[in-house]
Amino acid sequence: MPVTAPLDTDGFVVSATFLGDVAAFASGEGSVFFAGGPETQTPVHKNGLLCATPSLDGKSLITGGGDGRICKVHSDGRVEELAEQPRKWIDIIAAGPQDSVAYASGRTAWVRLKSGEIKEFQLPRAFAGLAFAPKGMRLAASRYDGVTLFWVNAAGDPQELSWKGAHSLVTYSPEGKYLVTTMQENALHGWRLADSQDMRMTGYPGKVKSVSWSAKGKYLATSGAQAAILWPFMGKSGPMGQAPLELGVRGDSMVTTVCCHPSEEMVAIGYQDGMVMAVRFHDNAEVLLRRPGAGPVSALAWDKKGNRLAFGTEEGAAGVITLVD
Amino acid sequence: MSEAADSRIPVTVLTGYLGAGKTTLLNRILSENHGTRYAVIVNEFGEIGIDNDLLVESDEEVYEMNNGCICCTVRGDLIRTVENLMKRKGAFDAIIVETTGVADPAPVAQTFFMDDDVREAAKLDAVVAVVDARHVQQRLKDTKEAEDQIAFSDVILLNKTDLVSAEELAGVEAAIRKINPYAKIHHTERCQIAISDVLDRGAFELDRILDLDPEFLKKAELAHDHECGPDCDHDHDHHHHGHDHDHGHADHECGPDCDHDHEDTHSVKSYSFTVGDLDPKVFFDWINQITQIQGPNILRMKGILSFKDDPQRYVVQGIHMIVEGNHQRDWRDDEKRESRIVFIGRELDGAALKTAFEACVAE
Repeated sequence: MPVTAPLDTDGFVVSATFLGDVAAFASGEGSVFFAGGPETQTPVHKNGLLCATPSLDGKSLITGGGDGRICKVHSDGRVEELAEQPRKWIDIIAAGPQDSVAYASGRTAWVRLKSGEIKEFQLPRAFAGLAFAPKGMRLAASRYDGVTLFWVNAAGDPQELSWKGAHSLVTYSPEGKYLVTTMQENALHGWRLADSQDMRMTGYPGKVKSVSWSAKGKYLATSGAQAAILWPFMGKSGPMGQAPLELGVRGDSMVTTVCCHPSEEMVAIGYQDGMVMAVRFHDNAEVLLRRPGAGPVSALAWDKKGNRLAFGTEEGAAGVITLVD
Repeated sequence: MSEAADSRIPVTVLTGYLGAGKTTLLNRILSENHGTRYAVIVNEFGEIGIDNDLLVESDEEVYEMNNGCICCTVRGDLIRTVENLMKRKGAFDAIIVETTGVADPAPVAQTFFMDDDVREAAKLDAVVAVVDARHVQQRLKDTKEAEDQIAFSDVILLNKTDLVSAEELAGVEAAIRKINPYAKIHHTERCQIAISDVLDRGAFELDRILDLDPEFLKKAELAHDHECGPDCDHDHDHHHHGHDHDHGHADHECGPDCDHDHEDTHSVKSYSFTVGDLDPKVFFDWINQITQIQGPNILRMKGILSFKDDPQRYVVQGIHMIVEGNHQRDWRDDEKRESRIVFIGRELDGAALKTAFEACVAE
C-alpha cells in the first residue's frame, strides 16, 4: 500500500488542495492546516469555514465562512481578506480568471475583481452553486428550476437555462461545451451550450455531492452510488444514449467524494466508511489507498503531477498519500 | 427508527403569527442558562437580542420535489443550512428554526423527513406554535396560515393570556382544540414557560406519541363531538351497530352544511375513529392510498393500532403524504386492544374516512 502521511485536523474537512507542493486542508471549525512542508495551522474564519476552492493559478486557497468573510490563504499561512458581507454565511465560492472570485449568500452573489471592485448579482430565488466558464468572464449560477448565466463585465441580459427542480452544484466541462448541475432528486442535469440541448443523467440511489472532470474532459466522475459513476462526454451529444462507467463498486458503502487524476485515466474514490481507492478507467483495476475509518471521505485532491493524493474526512482525519515518489 | 442511540441533532420548529411572541420565546430560550448550545435559523435577525455565533439568517425557499406531488415541498435553504451546520458539528447541541409569521409549517417539517442527508443528521423534535390569545380568532378568520400553524403543532403556547378575560380565553382554547385536539396547550404571559415544555419533546418519535399525552386520542374524540353536536355523540359511541345510520348522519348533517350552520370559519377539522383489531394488509393498502390521494389535505395523522394476532401495538404518524409507522411495544394485559386514528386536515370527508377505516377491521 502506498505511503500515507497522516494529519489530524480539528473538524470536518471541507476541502483538500495542493498549493504547489504543500497540501492545505480547510477545516469546518475555521482553520486551514498545512502538510508536506512545515506542519502548521492558520486560523481563518471565526464562525466556521463553509467553503473553499483553489485559485486558478493553484497558488492560494479561497475560503468563505460563517463570519461573512472571503479570504485568500497562501501556502506560507498568510491570510488576505478579500471581502466581507457582515452577518452573512458565505457558503458558495468559485475562483475565476484574472484573480476574480465569486461568492454568494442567499439571493445575492458578488464577483470581486482583481482591482478590488465588487459587482453584485441578484436572483429571485437563492443561489445554489457558482462556476466560471473556462473562457471569458461568464458566471453560471445554479438555482431552483435551472441555471442563470451572467456576464460579469459586459452589460446584457443573463441567459437562462431551464429545467424544473432544485439544482445544487454547477460545473462547466473543461473546454466549455457542456454545463452540468447536480440536483436535489438524485440526478444530474446537463445542457449542451451550443443549442441548450437537455441531458438527463439519473439512476443514483443517493444525492450527488461530488463531481470531477477527467483529463481533457472525457468523463465526468460523480458520487451518489455504491460506485463512482463516470459519464462519457467525448461524443457529439455527451452522455446521451451511452452507459456510464461504474468504477470501484462496493456492496457495503456509498461513494461520497471523487477526484480524477490530472493526466491519466484514473479516479480517486472516497467512500462513506472512510476508504479511499484509485481505480483505472479501462480495466477497473483498483488500488487500495486508505482503509476505512474516521468518518466519510469529504475531500480529495491530486497534486499537479498526480503523484500524491490529499484526503480528508468528516471527522477530521486527513493526510497525504504518496503513490509515486 | 427508534433505537436508543440516536445521535441526530434535535430540531424544534417555532411557528406563530406576526406579533404572537415568537421572538420573545426565542430570546427566553437563548438567554436562559441551561447548558445547551443552540444553532438558530431565523428569517430575519430582527429583534433577537442575543449574540450567538450560530445565529443564521435564511430566506425561506420552498421547493417542490420533482415527484409530481404538490404537497411534497421542502425548504431548500434549510437543507443547505443544516449541511453547513454539520461542518461544525461540535459547536452546538440542538437546532431551532424560526419561521415567518405567514409560513406554512409543512415544508419545514417535511424537510426533516424527505431529504436523506438532513434526515441522517437531524431529527424533528416538535413543532411549537406561539398563539396570541387576543388576536388569534381574527387571524383564524383572515388567514389560512394561522390555522395551518395550529393544526401542525405539537405544542401550543397560548400567549398574552393577561390581555383577555377568562371567558375569552376559554373561547380561544376551544377554537384551537377544534383545529388540533392533541397538541399540548400552555397558557403563558410574555412566553413565560419552562424550557423543558417546549424543547426536547420527541413529538415525532413514534415511541413517544402517546407518552406526551396519553389522553390525546380521547380529546380528539371529544373535540370531534363538539363539532358535530350532541346527536353525533351517540352514534360515535356505538360502534357495533347502526353503521348505516351513522354514515347517513355524517353525510347529511355533518357534511358541507355543517360548516355553515356552525358559523364555523375553520376549514381545518380533526376526525378520530376507534375500531377493533385491524387486518394489516388492508390497513396499509388503505393508508398508503389515502395519503397518496388526499395527501395535500391531510395536515397531520397519528394513530395507535392493534393488528390481529399481533402481540405488539403499532404506532403510525404522517404529514401530508409522508407516513411513518413502527411496532412500539407489547399490549399490556390491562389495556383494551383497539385501533385509534386521528386525522387533522382540510376538506376531509370524515364519513368516508370512517367507513374506510372500519373496512380495515380484520374478519
